Amino acid sequence: MKIHIPTPLRPYADKQATVTVEASTVGQALEALTSTHPELKKHLYSDGGKLRAFVNIYLNDEDIRYLAAKEATPVKESDSLTIIPSIAGGRPSISPRGKRG
Amino acid sequence: MGDGQGAIWDADGAFVVIELSSVHHSALRQHGEETYPHECCGVLLGHAAEALNRVEAVVRAGNTRTDSAHNRYNIAPQELVRIQREARESGLDIVGFYHSHPDHPAQWSVTDLAEAHWMGCSYVITSVERGVAQQTNSFRLTGEGEDDKKFKDEEVRVVSAAAS
Repeated sequence: MKIHIPTPLRPYADKQATVTVEASTVGQALEALTSTHPELKKHLYSDGGKLRAFVNIYLNDEDIRYLAAKEATPVKESDSLTIIPSIAGGRPSISPRGKRG
Repeated sequence: MGDGQGAIWDADGAFVVIELSSVHHSALRQHGEETYPHECCGVLLGHAAEALNRVEAVVRAGNTRTDSAHNRYNIAPQELVRIQREARESGLDIVGFYHSHPDHPAQWSVTDLAEAHWMGCSYVITSVERGVAQQTNSFRLTGEGEDDKKFKDEEVRVVSAAAS
């Protein structure tokens, strides 16, 4: 199956936009990706081995966090995983109550 | 051009530019005027390089932060997945993002840096005062990762649409 790598993580995946792996579950696919490209690991997972909060991984059009079987979800050759860090921000709050923006 | 001081050279002399056509420049500024007093947001597609991010398309995105849209923006990951797929099919990459700061300067905030994770990408900010777009600045997210990331002032180079 194919795993699509976002621009900021390509330097850690031999500059590839798409990596092809052999896997039968989501977890195996990610394992295959990070064993071939170990530098990706620290960008995807926290020290505790948990997927970083701002990293989203989609199996086709579904967030893997919301799949019933999570990383044990079976995958087919024609499926694709997309790694997509979040995009958010905003201006500081003008509130005088000291709430940080 | 950051704060207008032209401080786009850093200590090691590295120089970064985002280049976009006047049509794209107007499009992202107009988006901020349309959504005022809420923040607008969108994705910049094009070709990325270390020194120059060249924009070939501007894609509007919805702001999911309806709870606090006057000072926050968030693009739904699902929408990003779709935008990235369409970009890939057109031979383009995500090279940056834009958003507006309603009634606030076009400078990055603590929140903007904390929630920026796309190293090498350009983060374009337009200040919109009383509904009218003012300054448009861009900041390149640099660093190896979350621990050392920072925003660097980036030159916004607007080229005529015909030349792009």
